[in-house]
Amino acid sequence: MSKKYDAIVIGGGHNGLINAAYLAKADRSVLVLEKRHILGGAAVSEEVFPGFTFSVASYVVSLFRPHIVRELNLAQHGYDIIPMDASFQPLPGGDLGLCRWGDSALSRREITRFSKKDSEVYGEFSKVMTHMAKLAKEVIDHPAPDVASINPKELSALLRMGKVFKNLGPELLQMNTKLLTMSSVDFLDLWFESEVLKGPMAVSGIIGTYLGVRSPGTAYVLLHHYMGELDGAFRSWGFSKGGTGGVSQACASAARSFGAEIRTNAGVAQVKIKNGRATGVVLENGDEIDAKIVVSNLDPNRTYLKMIGEDNLPDEVTAEIKRFKLRGSSGKVNFALSGVPNFCKQRGSLDFMKGDIAIVPNVDYVERAYDQAKYGEFSERPYINIVVPSLTDPTLAPPGKHVMSCFVQYAPYKIKEGADHWPQLREKFGDAVQETIKEYVPDIDSLVEHRQVLTPWDLQETFGLTEGNIFQGELTLEQLLFQRPIAGYAKYKTPIENLWMSGSGTHPGGGIMGSGGELSAKSILKERVI
Amino acid sequence: MSIPTPFHPRTSVHNHNLDWKDWGGYFAANSYNVVNDFEYFAFRHSAGLVDVTPLFKYKVTGRDAGRFLAHIIVKDIEKLKVNQATYCCWCDDRGMVIDDGTVMRFGENEYFVTAADPSYSWFSRFVRKHDVNIEDVTDSICSLALQGPMSREILKQICDADLDNLKFFWTTSARGDDFEFKISRTGYTGDLGYELWIRNEAAIKLFDVIWEAGQNYNIRMSGIAALDIARIEAGLIMNGVDYHSALHALTPEQMSTPYELGLGWLINLDRDPFMGQKALLREKEEGSKWATVGLDIDWPELEALYNEHGLPPHTDHGAWRKSIPVYDRQQGNKQIGYATSGTWSPLLKKNIALVTIESRYATPGTEVDFEVTVEHQRRTVKATVGKPQFFNPERKRSILKTEEHEQEI
Repeated sequence: MSKKYDAIVIGGGHNGLINAAYLAKADRSVLVLEKRHILGGAAVSEEVFPGFTFSVASYVVSLFRPHIVRELNLAQHGYDIIPMDASFQPLPGGDLGLCRWGDSALSRREITRFSKKDSEVYGEFSKVMTHMAKLAKEVIDHPAPDVASINPKELSALLRMGKVFKNLGPELLQMNTKLLTMSSVDFLDLWFESEVLKGPMAVSGIIGTYLGVRSPGTAYVLLHHYMGELDGAFRSWGFSKGGTGGVSQACASAARSFGAEIRTNAGVAQVKIKNGRATGVVLENGDEIDAKIVVSNLDPNRTYLKMIGEDNLPDEVTAEIKRFKLRGSSGKVNFALSGVPNFCKQRGSLDFMKGDIAIVPNVDYVERAYDQAKYGEFSERPYINIVVPSLTDPTLAPPGKHVMSCFVQYAPYKIKEGADHWPQLREKFGDAVQETIKEYVPDIDSLVEHRQVLTPWDLQETFGLTEGNIFQGELTLEQLLFQRPIAGYAKYKTPIENLWMSGSGTHPGGGIMGSGGELSAKSILKERVI
Repeated sequence: MSIPTPFHPRTSVHNHNLDWKDWGGYFAANSYNVVNDFEYFAFRHSAGLVDVTPLFKYKVTGRDAGRFLAHIIVKDIEKLKVNQATYCCWCDDRGMVIDDGTVMRFGENEYFVTAADPSYSWFSRFVRKHDVNIEDVTDSICSLALQGPMSREILKQICDADLDNLKFFWTTSARGDDFEFKISRTGYTGDLGYELWIRNEAAIKLFDVIWEAGQNYNIRMSGIAALDIARIEAGLIMNGVDYHSALHALTPEQMSTPYELGLGWLINLDRDPFMGQKALLREKEEGSKWATVGLDIDWPELEALYNEHGLPPHTDHGAWRKSIPVYDRQQGNKQIGYATSGTWSPLLKKNIALVTIESRYATPGTEVDFEVTVEHQRRTVKATVGKPQFFNPERKRSILKTEEHEQEI
């Protein structure tokens, strides 16, 4: 008989690997099974074209928990983040655009070109958001307490969180309410007047959702992205050296150093369930492997409907999980370029391009992009978040050449022709992105050596992200905290005993932060199920 | 008053921050940009270029040059092969450290010594009847440090030297378009990196070709502030910061021995007499009073202290150089040492410090209390003793194997 593990982790994304690392560190025998030939899930670096390495899907890092880096000793295993210094927003018609820098005086001067008032309010806004982010950090770093429970442990966790809220004081508490209920644009309207400045700030509220910047509730997502926390201080975003796969590789190396086993090309067909308990997994090749517990790093939809199966679930739970909103709304286009795609030649030095570049000239632009998406079309002029990481990390492309990664929204999974028509629309979508970029980089066509277009359908087929949702489920309020993925099963547990979850579809949600993997492992160890 | 180095016409153009400090009588850029994190990250991710001209530099020649240096330096310099380099320190007769630096052997009877302090007078007084000539070349030879994972690729573009096979702490001559210079695979960052030594007249030529070749590799000008972060991560001590030269110390208390500075590994004790030998032999037998260690300052405890004030945790921006008390963890008010410099390590996500500590506390894993000031109040947090070297990447020592080498294997 083959070896029986303490735990099997399905899915070698960064959360799965972190989960395995924590379990292995606590001397449990762990096996990670990854379907693809390469580890990392959506946090993956691949040499898509010879000499050009891409962060194929997830492309920046901000929320990764610093304590995970320390506890798993990730820096020794190659975890290495390069902060981004600038956020640039090109404007059409040869304008200098707007660049927000780490240097606050410089940012103030840039914003003054659009609004003197805004340039001064910018600092006040940052201060309030720092307070809010502190609160959010409290929420992120602990499993979400269940408000419906009267279990004393839950109540004390609620109390602790309540205390943090109380300490905010009345003004910030009101702000918090606004943040939870308002739209991204309405929220920003409380401070700012410039439509240009509000554009790139507002889009943070829609990343990965099928909502517009004027849809209520998007202000929270804005916070989720605002509080990028690197280096233990609240600050901006960063590139992972060698691409975001570097984060996953570091997690895998740490997991192995603690004794975890990791297999690639090992897709799991389903979880073995006996009398309502998980007892192991069946691989796609028919092999069976037994374990005391199974941890699914897959999204809630896949975990419940494929790994468990409707037959093993109560009807209400099946209905509930089917209502869980995935609604992928974005795609990714990766370019291999023969030279620098200069988004503003007038600026001279290329430093403004060493962070992210947001194609969102104003608020209306992105709302119009959403209008098309609402009726099942991809935006002809989408919001694009662009990074050229090879400007900072020269190892990603041959000397003088560059990789350009474009996050594109909106590209609804449920396109009006039907999701399975995406392969036929793929290059048309890629063309729309390239045409949009051409308005700022007129010579882009001549620079493109290769192009990789990933539609939401491709994200689903390649990375197993159902409906192409980059966060394994929308980050909207009703799907967060004690309701992520569904009420009653929000603490990394499922209706199947000994089957746990660890991915972005669990609290606290998406982005390369590692919390799902960490908190899930810590919950497992705390309950001493293995 | 400070004077400009030969690279000043170029470095001054890059110094958007006008942040100069005095280093050995020269203007040295402390930082080139208001937000200078990138000057540090260049060392770890691409390549940072530092003007290190102010280092004191000496050419030591003559038939007895090797023997002479072996006599005044704790390391047996006579064993150094031609083109090899070594880090070392030198002591007075009491075994107290005068300075630390690098010795390179450029020829059979030609050595090149770098030092943090002016050392001509100190070296000269021991020449006596030896056939040795010491020339102070501080003001005629200038230097650039090119440090970081991309430094080799950049240098390969600008000269004919076989850099793929140049090992850590070896040197080579190099020829650029119409100038010659020396390359040593040395530096102060603990990373892959090189230092380039060239006559003042060709300084600008060298700078320009490096800068141009570096454009495809994200080369950055890096200042002293960035260098400080990197050298603390690498556990490299600094004269005048982490210790005082015995020549400048006002009291014996202010002096240090190589063992106390963690430089015991440099000493070749068992050989012909050399300066400080007797005292060092005695110290090795009797043990040292002090030790130099690295401290990993606990982040969650610091976070908790700030949280008491409703604040996110805070650290100094960049590296700091100040004396901070370290206490026994059981007997809270018993001071057992002091930090001399430290930094938040952007790479390791740790708050680290270089510390002089009573040697019985120097065992790795020992927990001590480290003083912090949180919202104007003095508190302490836990810190764990370790080796001073926090970061030591493989690439620092690695060589690129040529195809021929691979065939041989």
